[in-house]
Amino acid sequence: MNNILLISLIVLGVLGGILAIILYFVAQKFKVEENPLIDEVEACLAGANCGGCGYAGCRNFAEACVKAASEKQSLAGLNCPSSDMQKVADVLKLTVEAAEPMIAVVRCNGSCENSPAKVHYEGADICAFANTLYAGEGGCSKGCLGLGDCVKKCPFDALHINKETGLPEVDEEKCVGCGACAKACPRGIIEVRPRGKNNRRVYVCCSNTDKGAIVMKSCSVGCIGCQKCFKTCPFEAIEMRGNLAYIDPAKCKSCRKCEEVCPRGTIHAVNFPPRKPKAEQPVGEPVQQPVVEQPVKEKVTIENKENA
Amino acid sequence: MNNYTISGSPHVHGTDSTQKIMGRVILALIPALLVAIYYFGWYALRLTIVSVGACILTEWLIQKFLIKGPLTINDGSAALTGLLLAFNVPANLPIWMVIVGSVVAIGIGKMSFGGLGKNPFNPALVGRVFMLVSFPTAMTTWPQAQPIFRDGFFADAVTGPTPLGLLKESGAQSLDQMQFVDMVLGNRGGAFGEVCTIALLIGALYLIVRKVIDIWTPLVILLTVFVFTGICHLINPTVYIAPWYHLVYGGLILGAFFMATDMVTSPMTIRGKMLFAFGVGVITVVIRLWGAYPEGVSFAILIMNALTPLINRLYKPYVFGVVKPSKKQ
Amino acid sequence: MNPLKTFPKGGVHPEENKLSADQPIQDFPLPKQIIVPLGQCLGAPADPIVQKGDHVLTGQMIGTAKGFVSANVHSPATGTVAKVDVVMDHTGYYKPAVFINVDEEEQWVDGVIQTDELLTEIKLDSNEIINKIKECGIVGMGGATFPTHVKLMIPEGKKAEYIIINAAECEPYLTCDNRLLLEKTKEFLMGVKILMKAVNTDKGVIGIERNKMSAIELLDKTIAENRDLFAGIQVQPLKTKYPQGGEKQIIKAITGREVPSGKLPIETGCVVVNVASTYAIYEAVQKNKPLVERIVTVTGKSVKHPGNYRVRFGTPANLLIDAAGGLPDDTANIINGGPMMGKSVSVTDFPVIKGTSGILLMNVKDAQPRKVGNCIRCGRCAIACPMGLQPFLINKLAKLDMFDETEKNHIMDCIECGSCEFTCPANIPLLDYIRYGKAKTGAIIRARNQK
Repeated sequence: MNNILLISLIVLGVLGGILAIILYFVAQKFKVEENPLIDEVEACLAGANCGGCGYAGCRNFAEACVKAASEKQSLAGLNCPSSDMQKVADVLKLTVEAAEPMIAVVRCNGSCENSPAKVHYEGADICAFANTLYAGEGGCSKGCLGLGDCVKKCPFDALHINKETGLPEVDEEKCVGCGACAKACPRGIIEVRPRGKNNRRVYVCCSNTDKGAIVMKSCSVGCIGCQKCFKTCPFEAIEMRGNLAYIDPAKCKSCRKCEEVCPRGTIHAVNFPPRKPKAEQPVGEPVQQPVVEQPVKEKVTIENKENA
Repeated sequence: MNNYTISGSPHVHGTDSTQKIMGRVILALIPALLVAIYYFGWYALRLTIVSVGACILTEWLIQKFLIKGPLTINDGSAALTGLLLAFNVPANLPIWMVIVGSVVAIGIGKMSFGGLGKNPFNPALVGRVFMLVSFPTAMTTWPQAQPIFRDGFFADAVTGPTPLGLLKESGAQSLDQMQFVDMVLGNRGGAFGEVCTIALLIGALYLIVRKVIDIWTPLVILLTVFVFTGICHLINPTVYIAPWYHLVYGGLILGAFFMATDMVTSPMTIRGKMLFAFGVGVITVVIRLWGAYPEGVSFAILIMNALTPLINRLYKPYVFGVVKPSKKQ
Repeated sequence: MNPLKTFPKGGVHPEENKLSADQPIQDFPLPKQIIVPLGQCLGAPADPIVQKGDHVLTGQMIGTAKGFVSANVHSPATGTVAKVDVVMDHTGYYKPAVFINVDEEEQWVDGVIQTDELLTEIKLDSNEIINKIKECGIVGMGGATFPTHVKLMIPEGKKAEYIIINAAECEPYLTCDNRLLLEKTKEFLMGVKILMKAVNTDKGVIGIERNKMSAIELLDKTIAENRDLFAGIQVQPLKTKYPQGGEKQIIKAITGREVPSGKLPIETGCVVVNVASTYAIYEAVQKNKPLVERIVTVTGKSVKHPGNYRVRFGTPANLLIDAAGGLPDDTANIINGGPMMGKSVSVTDFPVIKGTSGILLMNVKDAQPRKVGNCIRCGRCAIACPMGLQPFLINKLAKLDMFDETEKNHIMDCIECGSCEFTCPANIPLLDYIRYGKAKTGAIIRARNQK
């Protein structure tokens, strides 16, 4: 009995030893030389593979960072929206200017109430497919289909469909502005915009470029292209894209005048303190221009590069 | 104004549903159940009710409290698992063992993988094999068939060996003790669902006619067993019994028609099904002739279940208009 | 009668429900205003060449084809252009359309022969025929609306051996092709002759499902009576099985040849043309008549008087529904086309276009959404698939966005016939996911090919 035990132990022990030696030599022989910095950079990243940087995954981004650091000594054009670029810069012993924080904005307010359902959809829960079938339950051909392609693609759990409105809602805390949702939306309703100063931003909550008459048929809060905001804006920040107003975040000074004139309540201003009674409308807000300008410009260059 | 439905084509749908398919299989098992009640009386009925009830309850509890998903007990698959599980045990098995078996069958065999359609193994067989290895004595102590008009509905069970058990114990000469006709009619020991070949074949015929199962899987299993055991019999008739006995002496008919044809755990294509069936046949015979257990159908099916994904990869349907790779090169 | 043929793989047999099979074609009067969508074919919508206030004659061109796979649009009525605007058509989207206020008096454009006389002499040669077809804006009127002239232009080095007329009408409910065969038999057969001349072949085969026995007999009889005129035309009865009328399926059934994966039917030497298109080709080539009308089946189990109507394009569908006894109260689903491949529409007043083979009103009972269950891996979808695909697998891969895998599993070969979804006992919307996957995979392949 003892003998058997002993023999088993010895055999196993010797076997283990031999295999360990083989493994060691093989590992030495086939070792892949890789810059250890890549691992270090990758450790700083969120690891969500969201694609917000324009690379396929965090590893690729880390490689790109290390390469850029060794070749150009700068991280220009490289930005991970979901993690702290400062940490990456520290690892690579470089400096980086803080990028404007971004957030996803859902540019549709066609809730069940504002755009009542005229038909009823049965089938696979994929916006991209429903998009090929019909305009939408409310009848707006540019409006949110509410099946949640964006929700499924969000790597940060920052988007959820609100059951009552049937629209996706962005969790401001969790959203990093990576743009995965914007890519997923078949109708391009989601836009990644700068969070704005103090997290306050003004945007047109509609994506419909159709004529006003058609928009009116399907939605009570859609942009009808009346151009009132376009004419009112003191900073020429609003442009008309077809029959849709678009507020350029680079030019907008958050004066909220457009919000006031919009006859359909399409322009949303979020996170602003409640307005004072109408009589004493403040005009002083746009005074703070210079403070806002600097980061905004920088942001634009980043965005352009992302698009390119 | 009406709310018209928008949906992708097709807008019409066949009349078949999962529920109907399960219902048909259950219906096909009813003749065998009636025969079982005839031979084993109260014990068979009690076990069936307990087993079906326990399976449904387990699924309901898991759905309700663990997964918190939509309730699926009304699709009939849990009832079918319960029925098949009951068919695979001795009629005098203690009630609590069947309940344990049911919980394992549904809980581990099915729900742990995500419910109907996602289980790699046939849940009823998982339950059965679990019981077989956990309670070997109880699971292999078989009551003899006692027609109820002779011994009464509540008659005490008299235990005895199954034909295959007898063969394992005392070899081919034990055949003298058995009448082939009795074996076919079900007047023998064994798991109470498997005893009556005739009743099972009636149910199977119904399933084939209703196109719930196709003939290929059971046919290939039976053929493989027949040919394999036939060769053995020709080589040494004193040790190996004639092949036709093998077809009816154990759970082969039940396994071949009702368990190996389980849609979830068998391959998709006809060729795949045939390979699957061939494997089941070979493993069954190997276990029966040379293994430790007298019966090998359950193990054979479970082993082949594990190979199903590979078989599915091996045999894909021929795609229209695609030149076969061999010609291409 | 020739022996029955069919395609070998897959297929399903839905309830036929040919409710309007015995209803003769009725001429549907022109409404006060017609809305003619400019996008009536598979490719790019036509460019409008009329403006508000223009007076147009019936048959006058109002939109010119834009691009290779596109077809001209002609005015289906005489009247004044009210506006060129957008209308919600059967796709559920707003698309450009010409609104025409119809005059009381109808006047055709010059050169159109309006007699019913059968013209048997084909004066044009092959190229002229194809040009005529192109000019008259004829498209595949089975529903896919692929421009017919593109099909007939045989690429260099290929030869068209057969003209196959797709008269299978395998879609349940629809009867418009059947009625056309019965009522315009000789004109239709002349159309086949013209097509044969267009691609220089002497073999024309009419593939027709066996459930249209009267049409088969009538065609056989007519061909036998006019042996010289209709030489080379043959009627081939087919088994009643869906999708018998799929282009690849009907070629396989009739000639036994398989269209190679990813290739066009001409690889097998076959050109497949729809019945209604064939008739339109006769009218265009012999009578100089552009495509401005078609036969539409208005049907449904709850419809009071299912019927077949000869309708000018641009007629709002709700007028047709009214003519068939009004919109039933239990309508749950309005379908443009047949129940297997048609498209559900959001509005009742969508205009009839070249591809509108039927307007089907599904009642609540039939259209009731079914509970979607788990896949039980029964493999019925794979058995039903006429293309030999594995829908259960592709469905799952598409759901998981694994588009390289869907491509390897031949998703691009899917003909979207819906047999898989029809047969699925778990009611999984297989085709929805497959279509999604196909669109995405196709986009990836196109992007790759462009590189």
